[in-house]
Amino acid sequence: MHYQDFFFQAFIFLGAAVVTVPIIKKLGLGSVLGYLLAGVIIGPSVLGLVGYDADKVMHFAEFGVVLMLFVIGLELQPSLLWKMRRSIFGLGGLQVLITTIVIAGLALLFDFKINRAIAIGLILALSSTAIVLQTLTEKGMLQNPAGRSAFSVLLFQDIAVIPILAIIPVLAAMNGNINLADSELNQLTPMAALPAWMQLLVLVGVISLIVFVGRFVARHLFRLVAETGMHEVFTAMALLLVIGIALAMSKIGLSPALGTFLAGVVLADNEYRHELESTINPFKGLLLGLFFISVGASINFMLLIEEPLIIVGFLGLMIIVKFIILIILGRFFRLRKGYDFLFAFLLAQSSEFAFVLISFSQQNKLLDDRTSGLLLLMVALSMAISPLLLIFNEKAISPILTRRQNKIEYDDMETSDNPVIIAGFGRFGLVIGRLLLANKYKVTIIDHNPANIEVLRKFGFKLYYGDVTRPQVIEQAGIKHAKIVILSMAEYDEALKVADFIKKNYPQVKILARAKDIYHAFEFFKRNVNTVQQEVFDSAAELGEKALIHLGFSKYEAYRSIRTFKHHEKEVLLDLYALWKEDDNKFIQEARRFSEQLSEIMQTEKDYLIHEPDYAWNISAISDETESQNNEQKDGSKHK
Amino acid sequence: MKKILVIFAHPAIQKSKIHKRLTDSLKNLHGITVNDLYENYPDFYIDIVAEQQLLIEHDIIVWQHPFYWYSSPAILKEWFDLVLQHGFAYGLKGHNLEGKQVLSIISTGGNKEVYCKEGRNHFTINEFLVPFKQSAILCGMEYLPPYVIYGSHTLNNPDIEKQTTKYKKLLTGLRDGNWGSDQIESAQYFNDILE
Repeated sequence: MHYQDFFFQAFIFLGAAVVTVPIIKKLGLGSVLGYLLAGVIIGPSVLGLVGYDADKVMHFAEFGVVLMLFVIGLELQPSLLWKMRRSIFGLGGLQVLITTIVIAGLALLFDFKINRAIAIGLILALSSTAIVLQTLTEKGMLQNPAGRSAFSVLLFQDIAVIPILAIIPVLAAMNGNINLADSELNQLTPMAALPAWMQLLVLVGVISLIVFVGRFVARHLFRLVAETGMHEVFTAMALLLVIGIALAMSKIGLSPALGTFLAGVVLADNEYRHELESTINPFKGLLLGLFFISVGASINFMLLIEEPLIIVGFLGLMIIVKFIILIILGRFFRLRKGYDFLFAFLLAQSSEFAFVLISFSQQNKLLDDRTSGLLLLMVALSMAISPLLLIFNEKAISPILTRRQNKIEYDDMETSDNPVIIAGFGRFGLVIGRLLLANKYKVTIIDHNPANIEVLRKFGFKLYYGDVTRPQVIEQAGIKHAKIVILSMAEYDEALKVADFIKKNYPQVKILARAKDIYHAFEFFKRNVNTVQQEVFDSAAELGEKALIHLGFSKYEAYRSIRTFKHHEKEVLLDLYALWKEDDNKFIQEARRFSEQLSEIMQTEKDYLIHEPDYAWNISAISDETESQNNEQKDGSKHK
Repeated sequence: MKKILVIFAHPAIQKSKIHKRLTDSLKNLHGITVNDLYENYPDFYIDIVAEQQLLIEHDIIVWQHPFYWYSSPAILKEWFDLVLQHGFAYGLKGHNLEGKQVLSIISTGGNKEVYCKEGRNHFTINEFLVPFKQSAILCGMEYLPPYVIYGSHTLNNPDIEKQTTKYKKLLTGLRDGNWGSDQIESAQYFNDILE
């Protein structure tokens, strides 16, 4: 590629991303959608700034997926992976198997030959690792049940790509092109020519090598490089590692993504883990973005215009089939209360591997050009639709489910008459709940996370699953009989809404609130909620206390300093509140919020004088006076 | 009319038989302020400036507490250590408390008889209270004869009723200056004056 050309292309891609993604983000949508849209805009169908060679970029950018799996591997301890084996092989295996069979069956109905039908089934059974994991990471959902299950399935699919690549030539051979198929396969994986036992041996050998290097050699290597103090060498080293593994994996016919994932897991308890992660992350992000853009750019809208019904029809059919199978499997594997829907919506699209598999099938003459073209378009469109499906789930499905589940919960639960209601039972509420339970108070809990609910019901809490901002939920939980309500939920505006509702309708109930920051606290003050706890202040102060001890303070001296600081903070807070109330310009940009808060606190801090509480224990004033007096004072003044 | 500040220390007021009733009876009494130390400073972080201001604003200081190990509960000692600062309460420049009066009101588990040389406790209440008295003197204050509620463990309801009436009479009397200085000086305990 010509230099000029290259930079022009880079300029177009980067420009499109920089313009589109922030706009999409502002609209509250995920970055994936932004990249895809950017791709569509610069693609041949709209602006035509990049031609159909976008798929070349796509192949290069697929390396982003490899990097992503490496980073995910880094965050996954081997023991955790072992725990997930059931969902990886059970859930993942069944998903690939059943989806393949069903889609192949449908393809048969549409007059495809059996071998082609199976190939189409296999190709479409896979889901997009790139889109799903990017979305999960962005929304912080990797840890929730749906996220973890989706991850397991994707992991299995990554493994499954290898046998699928091996099966496609065999399927093609049923058309009578044995020789061609063999040579193609040989090109792709020279290893396929080896006997099966040799293949296995090489496989085990390479994987053991990765594990061995990761476990015992990498640490020393990283240290040597790190000691040079040159960050770019460390970056080079990290990239070298990932690229090396990816190459080795391709050589033996394994998915590079899977190989680097394995390497990531092996390095998960390495002390250079975070360094590696932060080094790789920007590359990962950029390449993934590039990848999504190229997917968007590769959507052939001409084909869509030519045969809209066929494409839309098949696309809809594919998504519905995948969705139904996923939701049934999800339920079978104990995903409940909306997680089943989330799981199914997450994985209902097709995979980036499909691009590879489709062109591979095409080369093997398994699929004709028209079918390949249609499939490629379907795959690209399904990936583009995927973020929209999730938005649909979030905005339309889950509110309905929540409402219905609330109803079910109401039916088998009478109104509670416990004196305490805790709204929001995450890490924060849990501590409060434990304390109250330990002091023999009966506690009612409202939370919208069903996973928490199931566990806690066993421990004697009275639990209501539901959205606390809805009046029925809080009334059902027994607000009428409650003495106090603790708003320990993490949601900023929702907490204020609940406070408003209670203040208006149940003014006799006392509200105790968790504030996310000082402005949140002020909002509560304004509503006459005066028992407000800033969520991280106390634990931070206490860690500060420990820091003072390590710096040489005696334990009691440190304790007193922290008490002084905390009382002082109360004064500062009230002072700032007074300022805040006067201030008409209350709207502070979300991003500026923290720094604004910081500078205001610091300023007030400077204006304040922390009075010396321990003056009385300071004997220097007394000894000065005693000396100067030369004992003329009465007895007893020496010490006091 | 004098202003009275009752500095009250009881770490487990919910278990107290007598003190809660006593201090409750002071509600809405003009000129008498109750300063519940454990309630105001559960973390022992005494607001020194505020406490000193309270002292300055009142004429008679009452230290009211159960008698723990022949002395006060811990927070009152902390109050002494922190609030009665050199330069405020005593020393060359510490004259803020001069001329004020101090009264100890204490409750004891034991009866009157056990507080004497021959009794189980071997010393009189006045002997045990010497540190309080001398602290007052050092600050230039007049230490009044202490008022003692004996046998608090065995008080029944009518007893408490009677005690409360006497207690109110004591504090309102002091506020209104009902007793002459010679009458006070001659008494060993304030109980004698009230009887």
